[in-house]
Amino acid sequence: MAQTNSSEAKSGWLLISPPAIYAGLLLAAPLATVVIYSVLTGGSGGSVGLPVTAENYAAIVEKPIYGAILWRSLYISLLVTLVTVVLAYPVAYFVSFHVKPVRKSLWLFMITIPFWTSYIIRVSLWFVILGYDGIVDQTLISLGILDHQLNIASYGVPAIIIILAHAYAPFAVLPIFVSLEKVDRSLLEAGQDLGESRWMTFLRVTLPLSIPGVIAAVLIVFIPTVGDYVTPKLVGDGKVPMIANLIETQLLKLRDFAQGSALAVVSMVMVGLVSVVLVMVSKRMAGGSK
Amino acid sequence: MSKAPILKTFTLLYLAFLYAPILLLPIFAFNDSKVVAFPLQGLTLQWFRELFADQNLQIALKNSLIIALSVSTLSTILGIFAARSSVRYKWKGKGPVLGLIMLPLVLPEMIAAMALLVVLLSLGIQLSLFTIILGQVLICTPFAVAILTSAFQSLDRSLEEASMDLGETQMSTFRLIVLPLVMPGILASFLITFTISFDEFIIANFLGSGKPVLSVYIFGQFRFPAKVPAMLALGTILVVFSICLLAIAEYFRRRGIARTGGKDSGGFL
Repeated sequence: MAQTNSSEAKSGWLLISPPAIYAGLLLAAPLATVVIYSVLTGGSGGSVGLPVTAENYAAIVEKPIYGAILWRSLYISLLVTLVTVVLAYPVAYFVSFHVKPVRKSLWLFMITIPFWTSYIIRVSLWFVILGYDGIVDQTLISLGILDHQLNIASYGVPAIIIILAHAYAPFAVLPIFVSLEKVDRSLLEAGQDLGESRWMTFLRVTLPLSIPGVIAAVLIVFIPTVGDYVTPKLVGDGKVPMIANLIETQLLKLRDFAQGSALAVVSMVMVGLVSVVLVMVSKRMAGGSK
Repeated sequence: MSKAPILKTFTLLYLAFLYAPILLLPIFAFNDSKVVAFPLQGLTLQWFRELFADQNLQIALKNSLIIALSVSTLSTILGIFAARSSVRYKWKGKGPVLGLIMLPLVLPEMIAAMALLVVLLSLGIQLSLFTIILGQVLICTPFAVAILTSAFQSLDRSLEEASMDLGETQMSTFRLIVLPLVMPGILASFLITFTISFDEFIIANFLGSGKPVLSVYIFGQFRFPAKVPAMLALGTILVVFSICLLAIAEYFRRRGIARTGGKDSGGFL
């Protein structure tokens, strides 16, 4: 038995090694490099060297621009997450509870199609719609409703939120749907047989049971939106940058690898911490409503 | 089904919001006006003709196809290794190793791209289509692993044991029994990673040093109002293309589930 186990482990390791080595070399090693660079002294033209310093991190704390951009990225992505998940829940609920089983796949397919069409095109289309002289402006002017361009896409934060909430919407529906599907329907009948109203049954049975899906949805929307590059780059000609734009500027425009690396590390830590907090808050909410 | 009129209305409105920008694509792709606005001005194929005459677009398209084919092949192969290893064998350290492979799913793409870029620049490696492929394989492999893991999971282990009992080796069992049964999953993984790579922007933009790739080209063109109608025409073609690929992937996924006798448990992801 011991022999089979060790040969099994060997086969397992042998098979996993190509993808593991790939991820090690192209993901783990670069991330480790960034962490190391972040505590070195940055030179001109992308060079880094000794001595080891905490200056890059000190700069993030001291310079208000860094803090402002990190904070903006955080609250934009939290708002986008909130909007996206709150809008997605009823949709997932509808598909899970009110659509005939044979047609569920079709509904999900319908919801996911927009996600599978080019992200760049979807984002750019919002500028065609909301931008200066875009569809909204042109149409309102030609109908005589307006006499000047609204240029909604230049409104900064609200424009970013609309566009990102749209871009990441389908991500939120799927995990919530999956967890709702697992809810034992007989529990709901039991709840109603025992005299609970439909709404109370939802609050006390369905919602708590679907929290794992909500947590997954929250993370799946929050993480990529914090790091979104394209939307803030386009909105207001990049005057409202988020973390990804800041890192790009530090690394590629200013060629300060040490400072850029420190920003990347801080944003990774921030994403990690906020994710943990979000998971804890969601769990507390699930527990609290029991 | 008609018990929840409010929920149904809400869901339909939600779908309308999701589809609104995409529905504009075909409407304005055929609209005979340089200005993208209502009211419509009549039908034209001018924008499609403009597209087909565009040399830069053809180069970008060729580059994107080379990248997407390489990325989908490589990440599906890596995905087969990882999924097979994790589903079939027990070994220590599975959690952390698979965690690392799946990490790009929960890591902002920009961070992964920038970390890789810093290393490439520090090592003095010239940015090229090859470096784009390296980066995108990293992003696509987790999707391949997810799809293939469910394909391998729905496989009945006793079929393999029967084959081994009848004298086949481990390799020939894999080739004759396992591979054909998970083939639909492999095709689905290939198509989905192809689509992701084809649409991908961040890595294509930063790890390619301005090499013309389709997504980067589209991003650049949208800045010029005169180019927008042609880009909407291109978008229309791409949307139709993506939907076809996904419909094929979904077909294979379902056939795979039917073939191994499993139950359908929802769509992608």
